[in-house]
Amino acid sequence: MTAATADLLPMSSPDPTGVRDDLLRFTTAGSVDDGKSTLIGRLLYDSKGVYEDQLVSIQRSGINRSDGPIDLSLLTDGLRAEREQGITIDVAYRYFSTPRRKFIIADTPGHEQYTRNMVTGASNAHAAVILIDASRGVLTQSRRHTCIAALLGIQDVVAAVNKMDLVEYREDVFAAIAKEFMELAGHLGIANVYAIPVSALRGDNIVQASMRMPWFDGSTLLEYLENVPVRSVEHTRPLRFPVQYVIRTDSRFRGFAGRVASGVLHRGAAITALPSGAKSRVKSIVTFDGELEQARPGSSVTVTLEDEIDVGRGDLLAADAGLPQTSTSLAAKLVWLHSDPCQHENFYLLKHANRIVRARVSRILHRVDVNTLRHLPASTPQMNDITAVHIETTLPLFFDPYAQDRIMGSFILIDPMTNATVAAGMIEGKVESAHTSPAAQGRTRLEERMSRNGHPPAALWIVNRQPLATRIERQVFEKGWQVQLVSNAEFRNAELNPVVTMLQRTGMIAIFSPATDDPDLRNAITAIYGEQ
Amino acid sequence: MDGLLWQQSLGIALAAVIHMGARTQETRARMRTNHLRELEAESIFILREAAAEFSKPVMLYSIGKDSSVMLRLAQKAFFPGKIPFPLLHIDTSYKFPEMIEFRDWYAKKLGAELIVHTNRKALSDGANPYDLGTQKCCGLLKTRALLDALTEGSFDAAFGGARRDEEKSRAKERVYSFRDSQGQWDPKNQRPELWSLYNGRHNKGESIRVFPLSNWTELDVWLYIAEESIPIVPLYFAKEREAVQRGNSILLMQQGVHLLPHERTQKIMCRMRSLGCVPCSGAIRSEADTVPKIIDEMIGFRRSERENRVIDHDEEGSMEIKKREGYF
Ligand SMILES: Nc1nc2c(ncn2[C@@H]2O[C@H](COP(=O)(O)OP(=O)(O)O)[C@@H](O)[C@H]2O)c(=O)[nH]1
Repeated sequence: MTAATADLLPMSSPDPTGVRDDLLRFTTAGSVDDGKSTLIGRLLYDSKGVYEDQLVSIQRSGINRSDGPIDLSLLTDGLRAEREQGITIDVAYRYFSTPRRKFIIADTPGHEQYTRNMVTGASNAHAAVILIDASRGVLTQSRRHTCIAALLGIQDVVAAVNKMDLVEYREDVFAAIAKEFMELAGHLGIANVYAIPVSALRGDNIVQASMRMPWFDGSTLLEYLENVPVRSVEHTRPLRFPVQYVIRTDSRFRGFAGRVASGVLHRGAAITALPSGAKSRVKSIVTFDGELEQARPGSSVTVTLEDEIDVGRGDLLAADAGLPQTSTSLAAKLVWLHSDPCQHENFYLLKHANRIVRARVSRILHRVDVNTLRHLPASTPQMNDITAVHIETTLPLFFDPYAQDRIMGSFILIDPMTNATVAAGMIEGKVESAHTSPAAQGRTRLEERMSRNGHPPAALWIVNRQPLATRIERQVFEKGWQVQLVSNAEFRNAELNPVVTMLQRTGMIAIFSPATDDPDLRNAITAIYGEQ
Repeated sequence: MDGLLWQQSLGIALAAVIHMGARTQETRARMRTNHLRELEAESIFILREAAAEFSKPVMLYSIGKDSSVMLRLAQKAFFPGKIPFPLLHIDTSYKFPEMIEFRDWYAKKLGAELIVHTNRKALSDGANPYDLGTQKCCGLLKTRALLDALTEGSFDAAFGGARRDEEKSRAKERVYSFRDSQGQWDPKNQRPELWSLYNGRHNKGESIRVFPLSNWTELDVWLYIAEESIPIVPLYFAKEREAVQRGNSILLMQQGVHLLPHERTQKIMCRMRSLGCVPCSGAIRSEADTVPKIIDEMIGFRRSERENRVIDHDEEGSMEIKKREGYF
């Protein structure tokens, strides 16, 4: 055989922190002519991400709209011509790397379909670069870009205040823009906000620190991108492992393949499989390269379990301590992506974490102003609208709110007739407000509450162990259940009987935590709540 | 940071790791930290997703380095099980003999099912790149052959090793690329892709091309080949070969490449940067005869790999046109 085998050459040294942060996905946003193409071209060019023959072909094209030696905006300009031909480009991806990191840029062109495009580009991004033209300041579009970044849960946003050369590199111009931007982003709840004065055309503060703005001692854009944290919190959350594929072999091997969405998968860890609720432990974490002790968020692995429980594609393995919420009724923000507006009588297919269920938009609460995130009157979702809605699914979803978990909190809607992807959704939680199905009338019954809550009312009696009671209340609440702790202090002066009755009628799980055992009271509660 | 500095630091890093020598499987399994691991995990996710959602997927196997990487990822995705779909090679009959030899050896070694499809009809009607020109020849021997093979096997998904960094027009390509019942790509009607929620729904006759390597660059592919010791066709390694210099291209003297009147063959130290059909794949002058040397060369030498392909230069935007017709 003549095939040559590559010399063995493991590339990078293990990162002592174990955090996988050497790939950053970021999105860029800017209005037309803010200099976004030039800026990306500059990043690629200065970090040597451009091929010689591409430069030659740009020079050969004879086009130069810039006053530099070479028009860097043309490097990313495959799109301009296509736009003119009416080809939809929602996102174009660009790649470059430095010794520190590999970067994937989700570049979102387009003006009319801006919301759709930017939402798509931002969906996988850890950070967003928002271009602001220094000579024009923070415009409505800049606000829109920042709002969308916030909506899509991007926690690291940097304003590249561009064309500083046009404002004589003045510090006061930059400071005013930076202040306005920081206030806006802070107001929108974005955790980490930064601003950098740059000139994409001249290369100031993109890769090299600018000599022309000695008053700025912050990072250049590239330094910022090399250091912004990636996946910094997912591993602290409870385990979520959506099963993608079941691997069986002749030798009775049965493994559940998937990608860890959040939390750390440990060998030996106690897990609950949903929807069955069956419990087991992780027996092994199998990969082609050997078995692992643990797998971090983002790892694609295969899990075997101690027990023979029934698990298939679309099921979820979750940490025993800290299960996701379960409901058929969700409150969500919906971004409509298709030119056919939402038909809210119709069923759509909803894809969420490897699972497809039938779903209906049951209620439209309000539309969101994409420039401010303020509420507008409700209307049928149309292309590029962001709408707060309720979704009813035919089977329960196991989810976490999008703000906590982008994988477990996101979904798409597919039109079953055309197979088109029509909407993207971000789950906020279960529907809490009273929801009336047309048949139901009169006073709400306990059965209805039970089916809404997903559990029957129950009472716990925990004597003189307030911290334990508090912990249980917290855990039960995190499961998404209705729970109320009645603490020692409340025992002393309250008339307990009517209170307990009300708690039971609302379907509450009540935790009573008196300082001393009081058999009379305990019997009274048992009488109201029943024997379990 | 200036370019020289980064080249140097990467060079030093490379030199350092080369000296570390072989590692055990176990150590490598624990070394899940660099960006290749992230790319790998994403690609495995894509492979599993498509294998789960389509009724009959197939993997387009072109024998090139990207295919080799894709194949390794498929092994990983379904380990310890076998790769749950066949490999399909579209053989134009103008491939380098070393490619065919490698293909048969490797498929056998992996125990993978290999389907080889050739447009016999076109060949017996005399289709060849010399008389037809590359455009027409590709249309018949690659595109038509591919579409026929997909229909024949009633495959509803085909994995391809294309990368978005390969060519400008691919920058916007989806991971799941929808094709109508003619196998054609409609740029105006592609589905938005958010998070990792791919939409593989299709009607009978329609299909989806799935690109697990979308986010890899050429350098990533080489780094991965090095790290994983993935076997590749020896044509990628520099060697003195009988060749002819034609314009900017170096053509290897194989498979009926004919000399033009004033041309002479020479021994040239060269290697292939991407593999295709003999008459349409140019070699590059190079001394790089190992994977680390190829990586070193790549870092210093920045030309997009398709430059050496005669096919893309045929006509401005020719890649785009081919894609619409059903070529990858
Ligand atoms: N003076 C100045 N002009 C710039 C700068 N960046 C971009 N431009 C120019 O602004 C115009 C629009 O730039 P382009 O990158 O195409 O903007 P895009 O529409 O946001 O992609 C071009 O003529 C650029 O040369 C800058 O930093 N300073």
